[in-house]
Amino acid sequence: MRHKYDEKKIRRVIGEKVQFVQGDASAVYGALLAGCSFFAGYPITPASETAELMSKLLPKAGGVYIQMEDEIASMGAIIGASWAGAKTMTTTSGPGFSLMQENIGYACMTETPCVVIDVQRSGPSTGQPTEGSQGDMMQARWGTHGDHEIIALSPNSVQETLDLTIEAFNLSEKYRTPVILLTDGEIGHLREKCVMPEKGEFEIIDRKGPTVGRDKYVPFQADESLVPSMARFGDGYHVYVTGLTHVEKGYPSTSSAEDHDRLVRRLVDKIEKNRKSITMVEKDYQKGSKIAILAYGASARPSAAAVRKLRRKRKKVDFLRLITIWPFPNEEVRELADRVDRIYVPEMNLGQLVHPIREAAEGRAKIIQVPRIGGPLHTPKEIMDAMRKKA
Amino acid sequence: MMAKKKKAYRLKHYLREELLPTTFCQGCGCGTVLNTYAQAIEELQINPKDIVSVTGIGCSSWIPSPYFKADTLHTTHGRAIAFATGVKIMKPEANVVVIAGDGDLAGIGGNHLIHAARRNVGLAVFLINNMIYGMTGGQVSPMTPLGDKTTTTPYGNPEYPFNIAEFVAAAGANYVARWTTYHVFPLMESIQKAMTKDGFSFVEILTQCPVSYGRRVGMRTGEEFLKYFKENTINSLKAKDMTPEEIGDKIIVGKIVERNRKEFTTILREMNEERRK
Ligand SMILES: Cc1ncc(C[n+]2csc(CCOP(=O)(O)OP(=O)(O)O)c2C)c(N)n1
Repeated sequence: MRHKYDEKKIRRVIGEKVQFVQGDASAVYGALLAGCSFFAGYPITPASETAELMSKLLPKAGGVYIQMEDEIASMGAIIGASWAGAKTMTTTSGPGFSLMQENIGYACMTETPCVVIDVQRSGPSTGQPTEGSQGDMMQARWGTHGDHEIIALSPNSVQETLDLTIEAFNLSEKYRTPVILLTDGEIGHLREKCVMPEKGEFEIIDRKGPTVGRDKYVPFQADESLVPSMARFGDGYHVYVTGLTHVEKGYPSTSSAEDHDRLVRRLVDKIEKNRKSITMVEKDYQKGSKIAILAYGASARPSAAAVRKLRRKRKKVDFLRLITIWPFPNEEVRELADRVDRIYVPEMNLGQLVHPIREAAEGRAKIIQVPRIGGPLHTPKEIMDAMRKKA
Repeated sequence: MMAKKKKAYRLKHYLREELLPTTFCQGCGCGTVLNTYAQAIEELQINPKDIVSVTGIGCSSWIPSPYFKADTLHTTHGRAIAFATGVKIMKPEANVVVIAGDGDLAGIGGNHLIHAARRNVGLAVFLINNMIYGMTGGQVSPMTPLGDKTTTTPYGNPEYPFNIAEFVAAAGANYVARWTTYHVFPLMESIQKAMTKDGFSFVEILTQCPVSYGRRVGMRTGEEFLKYFKENTINSLKAKDMTPEEIGDKIIVGKIVERNRKEFTTILREMNEERRK
C-alpha cells in the first residue's frame, strides 16, 4: 500500500485553518501535515486524546490507525511499518514510554525513522496520571541501553507542538533515527489558538532511497552525510535488518570490537556532527544582565512571565529557552554562562536538565535549580522568589 | 580415479550464501526447518521479493534471519509479531512470515501472539518448539515438560507446559497445525497451507535441541529425538476418536483448526476506504 501525500485531502481532514485546540490535537495535525501514514498506540492519560483523534482523522487522510495490545507492540509496529515505507508515529506517557525503551534502542540501531510523542506525566510509576511533569527528560536520553545519540524536542505551546511534530518527522527522516517529542500534561491538555501553516511555510523531508541497483546496494553503507539510504521492504533489495551489531551489508558481527566501534560511532556522529543544525533555542538577552532564566517546555511559560515581570521592575535578566533538548545545546548554554553570573533553571522535576546545563556551563556561571513536582506549573512569583533568595 | 563431485545444495539460491555454513549445532533441527521451508517456497513458486521474514531472538529466529534471502527484520526478543503487524498493515500484499522459538513466541512474546491470532492478522507464524531456551544455554521455557531438568530447574521443572497450538486456535487463528521435524513432508504441506491461507496461520514445529536440552534429559543426538517424535505422536484425525486415556502423553500432530474468518488488514482496509469516500 503506497501512501500518497495528498495535501488538499489532509487540509480537508484537519478542517479550519485557525483553531482553538489542545496540544494533543495540534500534535495530530502536525503529524498529518508531515505525512504520517501509520499510527500505532495504546491509551494512556494524558496522551489518549492524540490516539482518539488519530483514529478519527488518519483513515480519512489515507493512513492507518491501530491500537496495539501494549506500548511495546506499538513501538514494534511503527518500526515494522516504517520499513514498509510509511512515516510512522506513536504517542504515550511515562509508563508507556518506559515500556517502549527497548524498541526505541532497536530503532536507533537499525536506523529506522519514527516519531514518539511522550506527553509527560508525574511519576515514577503510575504516579499522577492527570498531572503534567518534565520527568522523562533523561529517560528520553538514556532510557534505552547502550551508547547512542537521540533527538528530542520540547514545545511550550499548542502551536509549537504542531510545528515541532512536523520537525520531528523531518529530522527522523533526514537522520534515520527515532525522534522524541517531549510534551507534557500541561501543554497536551492546554487549549490555545493554533494556525495551520501554509504550503511553503514548512518543509517536508523524505528519507533517501537507494540510488544504485539491487546488486550494488549496501544497506548500511553511508556517504559523507553518515546516513545510509533506506530501501523499502518489498522492493527487491532483500534487506537484512537486525538490532545486533552489524557490518555495512547488515549482517551480524557480534564479537568484533572494530565493527561495533565503527557502527556505533557513526550512529552517534550522524547526529552529533549535526548538533548545530538540529539545535533550536529561543534567546532573549539583555545587555549587562548578571542573571538568567533557562527553561524549556511548559515551565518556560511561567519563566517567561517572570522575566517580563523582572524587566518591568527594571531588573536586567537573560532568558534562554531550549527547544531542542537532545542533542543538548551545549554551545548555547555555554554562551549564556559566559554572559551571566547565575542561571536559574525551573524544571518540573527534581533536577534533570540541570545536570547537562551544569556540564555545559563548565563553572562559568552558578547554576541554581528551581524544582517543582506534583502537577501545577511554577508560578512566576515562585521563580522570582527563588531568585531573590539565592541572590 | 575421478574425484567425486560434490552435489550443490539445490535450494541454495534461496539462502544468503555468503553467510553459510549456518551456526546451528550438530543435530539441531533448525536446518531441517530451513530446508523444508525453502522447499515449500519453491513449490509454491513464491518470489522471495514478496516475502518479509520477521523474527525474534533465539536460535530458531536464525532460520530465516539471516539465512533466508528476503527482506528480513530480526527484531527484539518476543516482539516479532508486533513488528510484523506493522509491516503487514502497510504491505498487505506481502507474505509476512514470523519464525521464532517457543521462549520467544510463547514466553516473552505470548501477549502479541494471542492478540495477533484474535485480530486474525494475515501472518504465517512458525513457532519452533525445542522445549528450551536454546540460545541462552538451556534454561526452562514455557514449553519444557513437567519435571524436566534444565539449567534453571536443577530439581526438575515444577511448571506445566503450554498447549500453545490449542491456545492460538482458541484465540481465533484461521489455521493452526502442529508437526515435528520427523514429519518433514506433512510439515512442508502445512507450511504451504499457512503461507497461502488468508488470516492468521500458526504451525507449531516440534524440533530437537540435543545440545541445550537433549543431553540433560537423556537424548544426546538428533536421531533420538526424531525417533521419539515418530513413536510418540498421533495424528489429530485419529486422536479425534480416542479417549484422553488412550491418547495419554502422546503429542497430537496434524491440523488443529481451520476456519475462514475475514483477515484483519482486509477488514481494516475496507473500513478505511469507507471513510475516504
Ligand atoms: C528482552 C530480552 N530478554 C532476554 C534475552 C536473552 N535471550 C536471548 S535468546 C533467549 C531465549 C531463546 O529461546 P527460544 O525463544 O525458545 O529460542 P531458541 O534459542 O530455543 O530457538 C533469551 C532469553 C534477550 N535477548 N532479550
